[in-house]
Amino acid sequence: MLRLEGVRVEREGWFLRADLAVPKGAAVAVMGPSGAGKSTLLSVIGGFEEHAGHVLWEEAPIDGLPPGRRPVATLFQDGNLFPHLSARRNVALGVRPDGRLGARDRARVDAALEDAGLGRFGDRLPGDLSGGQMARVALARIAVQDRPILLLDEAFSGLGPALKAEMLDRTVRLAAEGGRTLLMVTHEPEDARRICPETILVAEGIAHRPVGTEALLSDPPEALRAYLGT
Amino acid sequence: MAGRALALITAAAVAALALGPLLVVAGSADAGAMRPADWAALRFTLVQAALSAAISCLLAVPVARALARRAFPGRGVVVALMTAPFILPVIVAVLGLVAVFGRAGAANAVLGWVGLPPVSIYGLSGVVTAHVFFNLPLAARLILAGWEAVPAERLRLAASLGAGPWATFRLIEWPLLRTVLPGALAVVFVICLTSFAVALTLGGGPRATTVELAIYEAFLFDFDTGRAARLALIQAALGLGAVGLGLLVPMPRLAGGLGRAPRRWGGGGKALDAVLIALAALFVAAPVVAVVLRGAVHVAALPPSVWVAAGNSLLTAAASAALCLLLALAIAIGGGRLEEGVGTTAIAISPLVIGTGLFLAVIPFVDPAELALPVTGMVNAVMALPFALRFLVPAARRIRATQGRLSASLGMERWTRLRIVTLPGMRREIGAAAGIAAALSMGDLGVIAFFADAERATLPLQMYRLMGAYRMDEAMGAAVLLTALAFGAFRLCDGWGARGAGRAWRVRRAAA
Repeated sequence: MLRLEGVRVEREGWFLRADLAVPKGAAVAVMGPSGAGKSTLLSVIGGFEEHAGHVLWEEAPIDGLPPGRRPVATLFQDGNLFPHLSARRNVALGVRPDGRLGARDRARVDAALEDAGLGRFGDRLPGDLSGGQMARVALARIAVQDRPILLLDEAFSGLGPALKAEMLDRTVRLAAEGGRTLLMVTHEPEDARRICPETILVAEGIAHRPVGTEALLSDPPEALRAYLGT
Repeated sequence: MAGRALALITAAAVAALALGPLLVVAGSADAGAMRPADWAALRFTLVQAALSAAISCLLAVPVARALARRAFPGRGVVVALMTAPFILPVIVAVLGLVAVFGRAGAANAVLGWVGLPPVSIYGLSGVVTAHVFFNLPLAARLILAGWEAVPAERLRLAASLGAGPWATFRLIEWPLLRTVLPGALAVVFVICLTSFAVALTLGGGPRATTVELAIYEAFLFDFDTGRAARLALIQAALGLGAVGLGLLVPMPRLAGGLGRAPRRWGGGGKALDAVLIALAALFVAAPVVAVVLRGAVHVAALPPSVWVAAGNSLLTAAASAALCLLLALAIAIGGGRLEEGVGTTAIAISPLVIGTGLFLAVIPFVDPAELALPVTGMVNAVMALPFALRFLVPAARRIRATQGRLSASLGMERWTRLRIVTLPGMRREIGAAAGIAAALSMGDLGVIAFFADAERATLPLQMYRLMGAYRMDEAMGAAVLLTALAFGAFRLCDGWGARGAGRAWRVRRAAA
């Protein structure tokens, strides 16, 4: 269980409050108007945002931990790979952040690349890969990272519809296989419907507790309705 | 935050190196009244710096304007030529300027042919000519960077409104100059306050002695340490004033986009622009060409002392570049505005003042000549620090902004992050900074003149001695060698950085 207790982020003339819980292994969409604080919510969990209140995982507070020590892996909108490192080395950083691997670790990295269909591309730099291949490298890294919480902050938004759907499906499979808890910021009601049974609505300064996605989207509250244009 | 602590310690060390000698100087300064010669030195320093700044910037405006407006084959070469004087050793440029503007030079031949009186390359006119040689290109690049920062939309709007030359000037060019020129003037003025080598070679005498030159002469000719220290305090006050000036005036940014294709709609003046660009290129290239043409044949016959000096210079430059890089990296990666400010302020420090203080500090204990090369390397490293920071601070900031969160979320330890992410990501800028630092140290003729004896000299000093002994062929040969070493060192470092970074840069664009 991931719990946010009395979380509060304040900036000049803007705030975000969150009191909610996400069951272990759930897949939850995060939706709401631009600027409402969807990314801020993920940053709080990931450890990139100063805040009041507490973040707990399995009833243990994690808000005192630096980002790298939290049980959290994040896929950002961009910049998920180091441009000067090969695909293999990028994935390897997920196993050991100092990049020094033993034989077993190396085999794991190669297996993850193979799973991602990138067996031949391990030595390429990200810039020599297509957008879809770069996304798969990032996912391969997430796969070896062994972190029980997976955050997607509008990841894959630079890809075309078909590729994006493929990557989201890969992500869901990855999360399901590892029993990972998935939180995913999205602007697309269709993505939310397809992938996440539940949705956290972030609007007017509040991150609400997760509710059924279908129910939320078929009868959206005012703030969401204006945003969706329905 | 150990990174911050390291940056703070580094900045403190730089400040100590600048201020420590100053305290020594203050302690031994002769408190007696200023002599007329002291006033004359102060006046000359200010007058030549002001004249140099004004003329450099005045001439730079039309050159920058022409470069901003025209696309022509070889534009890249001209722009590159404008960066060359920065790493050209001062003493080489002086030799070249003497060859072109001296009594028997081409410039006076042309003037005499037209029926005009000859110009002198010595005294005020000579010092100013040399400063314009170094700073017209710098000012042109600063102004050009401003020009290229004007949004294309605004130019298009002016063109679509049918704005003529005068309206374009009023709408676009004047506001631009008003923001760029004060900074450019200030930079050139400050640089000209502390350019010892030019004053040493082209100045001198009661009417053309700068404060720094007066310090040097008080020391070496009159053994009057009290007066030297008093003058050093004056020079330090000038530096302090320059720092104040820097705070008042917005400093121009030297963007990297010098190669951008110019845009322009309508208007004439093509012939005028061509003439301006050609004249500026000729002014910058002629002295170097003159040196190479006359010196190249003498390189093979250079005496052993020159080669020994060249070896000393290589060692000093390598050590100096390494030290400068360490200081700059510590500040750029771990530091904030305070540390950056300290590092950048070094531009106003007079090497001669530091030299005076260090000399007075060590002379009770050791023969200063023993320390000539280490002290030179150390002072050069601090002198190059502002330029290294100019490359490294934005690079470190860029890495933090684009890859900081990813590094943190992976849980990288500090040194791991430095080794895997930060340093490789900054490779291009590290190469450029090291190149600049090595080239500047290689060509420096400042503090070494204080400390060296007959045995220990760097190549610029050895070349100066050859000039003083009127062994001009050998001086020309040494100048060619020195130029090759300075540019070679720059190319080596800069090329190393560009080689590794080329691919990563393409990547960054692709990922954006």
